[in-house]
Parts: sequence; structure tokens; C-alpha cells
Amino acid sequence: MNRRDFLKWAASSVFALSPIPGAWAFTNGKESIDSKKLIVILLRGGADGLNVVAPYGDSRYYDLRPRIALSKPGSDSGVLNLDGYFGLHPALAPLMPYWNNKSLAFVHACGSPDPSRSHFDAQDYMESGVPGSKSEPSGWLNRLVSQLPSKHSPVQAISIGPTLPRIFSGPASVATIASTNKPGQVTPQAIDKPIIAKGFEELYGSRQDDLGRAYAEGIAAHKEVNRVLSTPDDAEMASVEADKMEQIAANRGAPVLKRNNPFGKQVSKLFRSDPGVQIAFLDFGGWDTHVNEGTGVGQLANKLTPLATGLVDLIEGLGPLYANTTIMVMSEFGRTAKENGNAGTDHGHGNVMWLLGGEIGGGHVYGRWAGLNNNQLHESRDLPTSTDFRTVVSTILGNQIQLPKQAISNVFPDFQSPGNPFVKA
Amino acid sequence: MKKLLCLMSLSLFLGSAASTPLDQDAQIIHVLNRLSFGPRPGDIERVKEQGIQKYIEEQLNPESMVINSPYNAPPASQPAPQLLRELQAARQTDKQNTTANSTDNNPDGKKKLNANVGELYRSEVERFTTAKLDRAINSPRQLEEVMTEFWYNHFNISMNKGIDRVLVGAYEDQAIRPFALGRFSDIVRATCYHPAMLFYLDNTLNTSESKPNAKGKASGLNENYARELMELHTLGVDGGYSQNDVIQLAHILTGLGLNLGQRRGGFNQFNSPVQTIGPFGAVFNSNKHDFGPKVLLGHRIEGTGEGEIEQAIDILCKSPATAHHISYQLAQYFVADKPSPELVNKLAARFSQTNGNIRAVLADLFASPEFWSAENDKNKYKAPFRYVVSSFRAAGVEPQDFRALKQFLTAQGEPLYGCLTPDGYKNTKEAWLNPDALLKRLNFATGMGIGRVANNRFDPPEYRRLGATISGGVFSPNTVAVVVKQPQQLQSAMLFGSPEFMMY
Repeated sequence: MNRRDFLKWAASSVFALSPIPGAWAFTNGKESIDSKKLIVILLRGGADGLNVVAPYGDSRYYDLRPRIALSKPGSDSGVLNLDGYFGLHPALAPLMPYWNNKSLAFVHACGSPDPSRSHFDAQDYMESGVPGSKSEPSGWLNRLVSQLPSKHSPVQAISIGPTLPRIFSGPASVATIASTNKPGQVTPQAIDKPIIAKGFEELYGSRQDDLGRAYAEGIAAHKEVNRVLSTPDDAEMASVEADKMEQIAANRGAPVLKRNNPFGKQVSKLFRSDPGVQIAFLDFGGWDTHVNEGTGVGQLANKLTPLATGLVDLIEGLGPLYANTTIMVMSEFGRTAKENGNAGTDHGHGNVMWLLGGEIGGGHVYGRWAGLNNNQLHESRDLPTSTDFRTVVSTILGNQIQLPKQAISNVFPDFQSPGNPFVKA
Repeated sequence: MKKLLCLMSLSLFLGSAASTPLDQDAQIIHVLNRLSFGPRPGDIERVKEQGIQKYIEEQLNPESMVINSPYNAPPASQPAPQLLRELQAARQTDKQNTTANSTDNNPDGKKKLNANVGELYRSEVERFTTAKLDRAINSPRQLEEVMTEFWYNHFNISMNKGIDRVLVGAYEDQAIRPFALGRFSDIVRATCYHPAMLFYLDNTLNTSESKPNAKGKASGLNENYARELMELHTLGVDGGYSQNDVIQLAHILTGLGLNLGQRRGGFNQFNSPVQTIGPFGAVFNSNKHDFGPKVLLGHRIEGTGEGEIEQAIDILCKSPATAHHISYQLAQYFVADKPSPELVNKLAARFSQTNGNIRAVLADLFASPEFWSAENDKNKYKAPFRYVVSSFRAAGVEPQDFRALKQFLTAQGEPLYGCLTPDGYKNTKEAWLNPDALLKRLNFATGMGIGRVANNRFDPPEYRRLGATISGGVFSPNTVAVVVKQPQQLQSAMLFGSPEFMMY
């Protein structure tokens, strides 16, 4: 039995029926692993980490980016001071309360160790969790789902977007929610008619192959989403612009963020309505700022603004669940430290990873930070990845999600975490 | 083992028994599934009469095809320069209207500010998306359409980026389809000189670093197209090039762009010497070109100007890495999601030997034992576009309202011309089989089976005829059992939604 077969077997048989007590039940007297939540947001296109968490305290930053550097704290559209050296992009001002209450942290100069500057490769590696190898068929979030003990809900893992992303591909069941229906108003579909549903059930229900599995998971998730979204929810904001979710459906799972994007409200409602929801993944495109990136205002700012609003909606919508939730925001690579000839930035290497959550030791910018001199940059042009993103994820899986060591090494095979990534930058 | 069980469970629904899955009938269905977007009523009989080999030859040589039933192909798009002139004119009109409206307090005035540009975008998108579906469903030159789809995704551009919204139809009609069965280097050259590609991958902004223009306009090297030209279009990501090769190729491509006027970030037509390059209205601006010598993949290229681009295309197209990369893509598209290295190597050898003759490579592919092997029969999962097109082909009906088809493709995650990333839509099961999308297909299948797909109303196909069309009546015992006991109006729906019809 190879590793993949083992995962399939593990996911389908023993753990699915009866969580092994002892192996999983250690909780340090705190909340059990079943109550832990993880939300991963991937910014596709290579978000410019040096303008998300900017080293405004380093004059090199201003030398490298004469047209696109964020101005100093206190000036017009200037950065928001974090620790006297780093500052937050002003479009992310709505997140400052979480920085102040220590539930927002950053890990700078973080990312995939693979040097590829190809979007496709770099996303592939960040999603497979095996940088440099093309042969890993599953995504690391899917392997994580396989490692979770309980399978109480058909929507234990949900992917927002019309197609299953690479990070969720693999044997474990993941519900995809392409376009969320308006609250309390579920559009009936042909398969909601019993006589039609019965026919398709007979066609697919007894199949043991991937088609049969997709069908069974689709039906189960469809029923659950219908139940959740057709039930009015007091906490729901009346202003949810559900139609905006259609735009998410239009762009193959990596929509470009628009104003009033309702993702935070929608996703938090799913978590609120079904306690079995544990893992969610969202992705947003449009971060490939080769041209006219802007500063405190402009192209990048226009993407960060709705992301910040959505994250606040998400956290507020989660309510008490936020204490047990970790939200990670990552991007396949950072961008060149130096601006290019088009007042933009080209594909780079290291980036900043964002962490939000009730148990994050927030209020710090972590990571090994060397500086921005040529000899401190990767190939004299990019931030290095002095922290492997898997080190951060592994640590979160252990400390926050409370996954045992063995399970973590099943999520990231052949990876040895060098230890605590939470060192001060 | 899974495959064996699957094959053993096949039985005959109509027609005669067969001991091997690829008897003549199965071969005909296989060849129709792979060389076309799926059989139409009567196709199996026609190929049987004509002979499989003859059918393949005819599809490989569509110009020699004798067409029995008339097909009025939708008119090709206007050339890119014409479309850009129309866009420019629409912008001018809108600008004048804006000025005219700025004096009154008309609240509707603002809405009309971009009316002409908006209308041009809307009508063009409507026209070329409908044409794509129309051709895929109706063209007798099916392999040409299949290969056009293949190459479009290989050289993908998204209509969601700026002016490409009016150009992608022209790009497909002029830079892709005419070469779909021709020489590979011709497609590389055509896409390289097409305004749609130059704009999509930012080569319009790729200029010599040493020569900022007089007005201090942003200028400098942009690696985007250079990188994808090697990674996606030719050598492949493991094709043995380095970051330095990307930079060298970007230098070679400096000055190749469009004449859009400064406002659009392109080259100013009035104060820079430009010359048209290629047949699609792209320009080469020698003032923006880096004339230093370059070294690409070990080949020294002197700084001669536009001739460097030809040299680079030649080097890239002749590389064994390109032969291997393209052969892998073709084998994956036509044979199996994970094609055997033997087949890929065989095709790559043919590719190199014929200097990238696509027709010759495909002829070998269609003659290979891998293409005809039982394990590669019905092993491909239909991407949404193929699912929709094959459904209408099988039903033998013409959509009256194409919007429903386009909306469905968007909901399936494959909007027409809408793949944002330059790697294009995948054609593997891993990419497309997922629970939510499968349920949506079953809804669509129900509509096809009862003759109601949004505004489209048609006589639903009778289920035995439908079964005969799509697979000569061969279905698994379970599918047969389910279909025969359904109420009459749902029998065809079950076939459109059957596991068998998801595969090809």
C-alpha cells in the first residue's frame, strides 16, 4: 500500500466510521480538533508583499521604488505603522483593530522554496505542497481533510468557486459552491425534483468510481447548502449582495475582487450554520501588477480594499467561532523589490503571509528579515524566502488546529519543519 | 483493475454482441468522439460506409473535403486593425458625447458615456462566441474545429483583458484556425505577430531599457510574453531554459507591439518610426528595440532588429524540447490524460523529422496502437465545452438561443474565451470532474432530454435513436436498466446525464 492508497483507505474506512479515540482525542483540555477551523485565501498572480507590509523604515525601499513606494506613516495615503519599521498598506486599515488585539500577524520573506517565477508552477507548488515536484497528484488542503478525524458533514471542506482548485484535488470529499444563492431563496433545479433525482441516483448511486463519488458528494453537499442557505439567519446582513457572487462564478474560481464582494458574509454563514464545516478555500485573481501598480491608492489598493472589507465581514460573521479559526492569506510568489519600467513590479520570490485568528500570537511581523540591499536579495532582485510557507502552515496545523505530528507529515510529505517560524523579523 | 471491471461490465443495449471493445463499431464511435466534438445522428453509418481510414484522411485534409450537406459557416472576424479602428472611432464618438453632455445635468448622460465602446464590445463578443459554438456544433470540418480549440488553449488569451475583448475572435480566425493542421512554427509566428497576443502578454510594453521616450513615459523590459513563449508555447516548463534566456528573449522582442497611441500604453504613432510587421497589424518600433547582441539557448543572435524575432522563433520551434512538449499535449488531448512516454517520444520524433508538420504528427497519432487500444477508449472526461457541443450534436438540433449555452459554460467554469491565465483550459478529468459541476451537468442533461434548455425549445430526441447516435446503443447494464424503466419523457435525459455520456 503506497501513501496515496493509505490516505484513501484512511479517509474512506476507519476514520470515517469511528474516530480512533486516543489517537485524536488529545486536546490539552481545550476545544477538540473537531471545533477547529481553517480558511485559506490564495491571491493568484503574485501579490506585491513589499507594498502590503512595507519596510518603510528602510531607505532602500524608497530607492528601489521611486514611483510606487508607500509614503511614511502620517502622510497622505501613507502606511499604517506596525512596529516602527514595517507599515501596513493603508487600504488594509479595517484590519488594524485585529493587529491591535493581537489576532493579526504577518510572516515576511515567506513563500515557496522553489525558485520558479512562473505563475502556474508557483501556484501548482503552493497548492500541491510539494514544491519542485510535478508528480504529486493531490493538493495539501485535500490531504489535510483526509487527516481530520470526524466526517460529520458533507460540507466539512468547502471550496468557493465553480471548479475544484489544485489545492483541494485528491481523494477526500470537498464541496464546491460555485455561486451562493440568495439567502432564503434557493433556486430549484431539475435534480431537486424527486422523480428526476431518483433516476440519477440509480445511474450513479452504486458506482464506486470517481464519477460515483463526485455524484454522491455533490448531492450531499447540494442538500446541505440548500438547507443552510434557505434558512433565514438573524445575523445575516440585509445588504448581502448575493448577485456579486455570480462574478465569482464567471472567473473560474479566481475572481477579481470587486467592491462589496460578499465572500466574508457568505462564507461565515456557512460556518455558522453547519458546525461541521472546518476547512474553506477561496482564491482571488488580479494581483499581477506589472503596470501602474499604484501606491496608497491605485491598482493594488483597489484589490486590497475589498479584501480587507471581506475579511472583516468574515471575522465578524464568524463571531465566537473566530476564537477557534485561523485565516491564512498567501500568494504564489512576491514581486521584484525594484519597480520596473512600467511603474509596476515583475515576478519575484519571497512574499508576506498573513495570519488571522483567535489563537495567533498577533501584533508582530515575523520572519527572518535580512534587508533590501542587493546582496541580501534573492538573485539581487527579490525578497528571499527565508521562511518556507510549509513551516508556517505546519506550525498552525500543530498549534492551532491541534493536528498530531504524524498527521502533519502526511499533509506535507518529505518535509521537515525546521521549527518555530514565529521569530521576530 | 478498475478499468478491467469497467470493460467487463459493458454489455450491448442494441445491436450485436462483441467480444472486444474495439470492434469496428467501437472504432467508429471512438474516432468520431476524438476527431470530432461527438457523433451526430447518422454519423456512425456514414463512417461505416466511407471507411474509418477515409474519414481520418478527410478530416486531416478538410480543404479536399466533399461536403454533402451545405454548411454556412459564420463569417470570419474582421482583421484586427479594422477592429482597432472601430474601437478608436467608438472612443472618439463617446468622447464627443461626453463633452456634449457635460453641460447639461442629464442623469442619463453619464450612462451613455461609454455607450459606443460598450456596444462594440457587446456585439463583438456576442458574434464571436456564437460563431465558436456554431462552428463546433455544425462544421463538417470537425477536426479543424477540434484543433482550433486545442491550439486556442495552447496559445490562450483572455477576452477579459482590455482591447482583447474585441480581438480574440480575429485572433482565433486569423492566427489559429488557418494553421490548425499546418506547420507549428506558422502558429507560433502568427500568434507572435498578432495584436491580441502582444497586448495580452504585455509585449506592447516591452521596450529597450536604455531608451526612455521623450516624454518620460514608462518604458523598460517586460518579460511576460518572452517567458510564456518558452514555457507554454514552445519549450515547456522543463524545456531547459534559464531566467537569463527569458531576459535574452525579452530583449529580442523589444519594440514588437501595437500602434495604439500613447494613452493605451503602446507606441506613439506620431513621433516614433514604426513599421508594420506580419499580416495582422502589429508594428516593430526600432527606437524601442535593443540592438545589442543576445545569446538565446546558447545561440548567438546579432542585433539586427526584427530579423532577430524570426531567428528566435526558429530556434524555439526546432528545439527537441518543443517537439516533446507539443507531442505530450497532443497525446494527452487525443489519447489519455497521462499518455505513455513511448507514444510521446514517437510523436516527438515525427514532429522533429517533419519540422513540426501537425498533420503528419496527427496522422501518426491516429495510426498508433495507443490511440486504438481498449484502455484508451472512453477514458477521457469531457470538458464542459465538449459536453455542451456533443449534447447538441447528439440531439441533432440547432440551438436557437446560444446565450443558454454560454451561461452554462460560465457556470461550469469554462466561459468562452474567458480563461484568465495564459496556460488555457485543461482537458483532463482531474481538472473538470467535481461534485458541484457534475450536478449542474445533470440539470443541463435534463433540459436536453426534455427539449427545454432555457429559451431553446426543441423536440427531444427519442431515446433509442439518441442511444444509437452516441454509442451505437452500447451502455452499461445499469444505465440500460435505469433508462428503460424511466417515464418516457425522462429516458433521453438519463442518457444525456449518463456516466457514459460524460466520457469520450
